[in-house]
Amino acid sequence: MERIPILKMGRYLLVTIQVDMHDRLAMVLQDDLMEQIRRHKAQGVLIDISALDLVDSFIGRMLANIAAMARVLDADTVVTGMRPAVAITLVELGLSLPGVRTALNVERGMELLQAARDERETGDGRRQG
Amino acid sequence: MSEAATSRLRTLIGRNEKEILDEWVRHQLTADTHRADLVTENDLRSESSRFLAALRAALEASTDVKSEPWANVRGLLTELSQARARQGFSPSETAMFVFSLKQPLFARIRGEMAQDPAVMADATWTASLVLDRLGLLTMEIYQKGREQVINRQQEELLELSTPVVRLWDNVVAVPLIGTLDSARTQVVMENLLQEIVNLGAAIAIIDITGVPTVDTLVAQHLLKAVAAARLMGADCIISGIRPQIAQTIVHLGVDLGDVTTKASLADAFALALKRNGLTVSRIAAGSGSN
Repeated sequence: MERIPILKMGRYLLVTIQVDMHDRLAMVLQDDLMEQIRRHKAQGVLIDISALDLVDSFIGRMLANIAAMARVLDADTVVTGMRPAVAITLVELGLSLPGVRTALNVERGMELLQAARDERETGDGRRQG
Repeated sequence: MSEAATSRLRTLIGRNEKEILDEWVRHQLTADTHRADLVTENDLRSESSRFLAALRAALEASTDVKSEPWANVRGLLTELSQARARQGFSPSETAMFVFSLKQPLFARIRGEMAQDPAVMADATWTASLVLDRLGLLTMEIYQKGREQVINRQQEELLELSTPVVRLWDNVVAVPLIGTLDSARTQVVMENLLQEIVNLGAAIAIIDITGVPTVDTLVAQHLLKAVAAARLMGADCIISGIRPQIAQTIVHLGVDLGDVTTKASLADAFALALKRNGLTVSRIAAGSGSN
């Protein structure tokens, strides 16, 4: 069965979606991702959708769900590389994905994950001290 | 209108073409709708002469100005009307070109057919009918010409009024001027998002100093643009909110949510620099003056 590869990079997981997402594939990705976060104790998930030129409401909701689920597993989620047309479509659909961090490209996304992690660690440290 | 009247009209124009033309041009030149500043006597004479010749030729076939034999007359009028619409003639000044032919033509008809009132009335009616229709045609084309001008201006305005400027590395700004409607928001949003990609911007400042009023619809459009930019990974700052607009926004109960707002573009730019980890500092007095 077709699967979207999930790559581990240090403490983060990297997913690049390069094929047309259909609903089944999205559900499989969601399952796999949660499983991998648990197995690798990942602290962040980066989903690159720069190759997608079509995102429907289901995929939009799935992205929001993944972010929320990862949050529960103590991992941050960043969606990167969204195309202008996709962004406009999602906004018109009323899906502005609150709670999902976004970045222009993978590089910026990694910085964002790092920054979020640093912030959280200093926050935790302060609380302990 | 009878076939006989048409043929009489045709021979009348054919026989007196020179006189009718002279009189017609004289009428046009002396009328208060004449625009000496926009058209010369020579141009007017050649336009009139071409029109009269085409009219006579068209009358050979029928009096139905929409039919094929009249294509030449219609073409001439189209050309003339569009040119005058562009030059800035008023509608009546344009229409008078055709209508002013009535007086010299009717004078000829009266002169030649006075002995038979029935024939004269018939010919006058036919001529009047044809010229009225041609006059209306002129107006329609004039109107279309003006509409084209308006549409073109609208498009140009749309293009002109939405520049996206780069203020610094990672910082772009869109100074919005004029009322925001759905069509403009769409253009602004597309331009902004495309520039965010092109320049790799992380912060976008939307300046609404030039937006006269902000109602719920405009606010909604702004929020859409902000949400779309955020989805692409760029933060938006809305700046240039005038005191009256701040009051309107609150009175209308518009919720700008967690969008950062600043009173002026300068404040927004300062914040953008700060988020980039940059500061602006005054250079030492000695080195500055050298």
